[in-house]
Amino acid sequence: MAEIRIENLRKEFGAFSAVEDSSFVVRDGEFLALLGPSGCGKTTTLRMIAGLELPTSGKIFLGGEDVTFNRARERDIAFVFQLFALYPHMNVRKNIAFPLLAQGVAKAEIRARVEETAKLLQIDHILDRSVSGLAGGDRQRVALGRAIVRRPKCFLMDEPLGTLDAEFRDLMVRELRELHNRIRATTVYVTHDQLEAMAMADKIAVMNHGIIEQFGTPQEIYNRPATMYVADFIGSPPMNFLRFTAGLQKGARSVVVDGVDISVPEVHLDLAESELALGVRPEDISFSDVSPLRGAVFGSEYHGTNQIVAVEMGKGLVKARVPADQNFHIGETVGLELNYDRLSLFDCKSGRAVPSSRYAEHHHG
Amino acid sequence: MSSINTAHSVVEPSRTSKRIAATIVIAYAVITMIPLAWIVLTSFKSPPDSISYPPKIVFQPTLEGYCNLFTTRTRQTSDYIASLGAPTSTCDEITRSRNMVIAGPSNYWPRFQNSLVIAFGSTFLAVSLGTLAAYGFSRFKVPLAEDLLFFILSTRMMPPIAVAIPIYLMYRQLGLSDTALGMILLYTAVNVSLAVWLLKGFIDEIPREYEEAAMIDGYTRMQAFFKVVLPQATTGIAATAIFCLIFAWNEYAFAVLLTSGAAQTAPPFIPTIIGEGGQDWPAVAAGTTIFVVPILVFTILLRKQLLRGITFGAVRK
Repeated sequence: MAEIRIENLRKEFGAFSAVEDSSFVVRDGEFLALLGPSGCGKTTTLRMIAGLELPTSGKIFLGGEDVTFNRARERDIAFVFQLFALYPHMNVRKNIAFPLLAQGVAKAEIRARVEETAKLLQIDHILDRSVSGLAGGDRQRVALGRAIVRRPKCFLMDEPLGTLDAEFRDLMVRELRELHNRIRATTVYVTHDQLEAMAMADKIAVMNHGIIEQFGTPQEIYNRPATMYVADFIGSPPMNFLRFTAGLQKGARSVVVDGVDISVPEVHLDLAESELALGVRPEDISFSDVSPLRGAVFGSEYHGTNQIVAVEMGKGLVKARVPADQNFHIGETVGLELNYDRLSLFDCKSGRAVPSSRYAEHHHG
Repeated sequence: MSSINTAHSVVEPSRTSKRIAATIVIAYAVITMIPLAWIVLTSFKSPPDSISYPPKIVFQPTLEGYCNLFTTRTRQTSDYIASLGAPTSTCDEITRSRNMVIAGPSNYWPRFQNSLVIAFGSTFLAVSLGTLAAYGFSRFKVPLAEDLLFFILSTRMMPPIAVAIPIYLMYRQLGLSDTALGMILLYTAVNVSLAVWLLKGFIDEIPREYEEAAMIDGYTRMQAFFKVVLPQATTGIAATAIFCLIFAWNEYAFAVLLTSGAAQTAPPFIPTIIGEGGQDWPAVAAGTTIFVVPILVFTILLRKQLLRGITFGAVRK
């Protein structure tokens, strides 16, 4: 196993810039999810780590060794493709043994390692079957088996659960994470599904337009989104933005939105008059008759244990996650109470979060 | 009951439409088979039966045509024939009954061998080159790929006979006239364009991920090509091989022009049988019948791949 270090990686396809100046480190044994919408450069980044694409500039280190221009077969990595890429003319056993054959491993050892891997993935009963007849989950396991069997420096996975149906997906998410806990292989996992990323990853890199918007633990990404893009991409429903124009002074503990004074975590920066947004997660909103921040109920969505209530605030909808037993009538005027120490402030122009005591917590530990 | 109407109905065809389809297919098969059947029948007729009018459907079958095909014969007096010992074979007997004796083997078998060597040789070369070229065009950024592909296709646009004279002169200069090598090169050149185009389609259909997976698994691109791409392209390769083989096997115009002796193939040879000792139609028919066999066997062996090859894209998943 090894650490993956990416330094100022860039990739251009003609005039199109797929990945722009990305740097991050995946520590030995860590599980990183590259998360973003399609076309954000996450797969290109992964393919550069694998050696399937050459970067325009920048460097890639695997276990301290510069592999930027090494061929894929020289990197000692395993890759799980979205469509698994199981060799259709070979049975399960031969598929799993294929990488070992390339390494010239002795026959008896190949047999032993294939069977050991199959046991680990609970596919030892289908070893002699053809891969074309397998169900989605089993194909997935065979693809994983082919990756695990060679004990590579790291695993790279490109949306491996993308083609499975929802039910299987949850199962595989659990299996993948359990597998990771057992073998502790450095893993880079590409997905567009935030729930998958949140459920499995130790670290998440949120990408957009070839740029890594934020790199951090799932908790950091969710609780302290670095940009409005991240705040909007993560969470379902995403973070609400209350837009307002104001100047801020270092040490400020409240902002004025639509004439209403709202407490916020202490601001750590002087800010000239500009367009700002107050970011609030739906679960950090509660209803209170006395709150001066008021709006009209637009509708509600029942989710069993809770409900999502949409409130028209004059400048757009704000969604709140509240217990399911509260009843609201459409059009009814309600007061909104915000959990002030969990609020984020964003500069709308740059899209970046304004430094505050909430964001500082994470830097100091 | 609700019904879904789509452009491509997935509903099982009705009995009537199945019957109509079957009738048309059978009628077409019969029409195309008649000439072939007639040739096979003629090959078993005696020379008088073969030219009798009205044509005979029922006749006494004989191997005379096949005997005449494979032998050369000389006319002898009946006294001489009587002085010979007992006939050593069926052909001997048939020949003697016509007051002739077998003088030696005919040129048919060497010509047939030439056809085998040239057709299979050129098919092998065209498909091998075509597969590699198609893989290159399919997977790599080839400068001017579009123009090159068009250029390759354009070699098929003129009738081969248009270049016959220049090739004839060139081959004479190069010493390739009437050599098997010359014919193999020529047919390969004609077929390789077809092979590249057909195979590019097939290889385009094979996802790149397979090779990428193999390359990550520790193989070179060449190894990945042979171990992973090639096995999946067998359908396309088989279909392409049949098309190339049929062309090379049946080719007549170049063969007439460029071969006359040592490298002559069967197609220009078969008509010359007529001249040897009257209009020997059964021998010509026998030559044609045997000539059809290899292509028939090859096609039957590969019919599954051929069918899938023709409908490719629709079946593959």
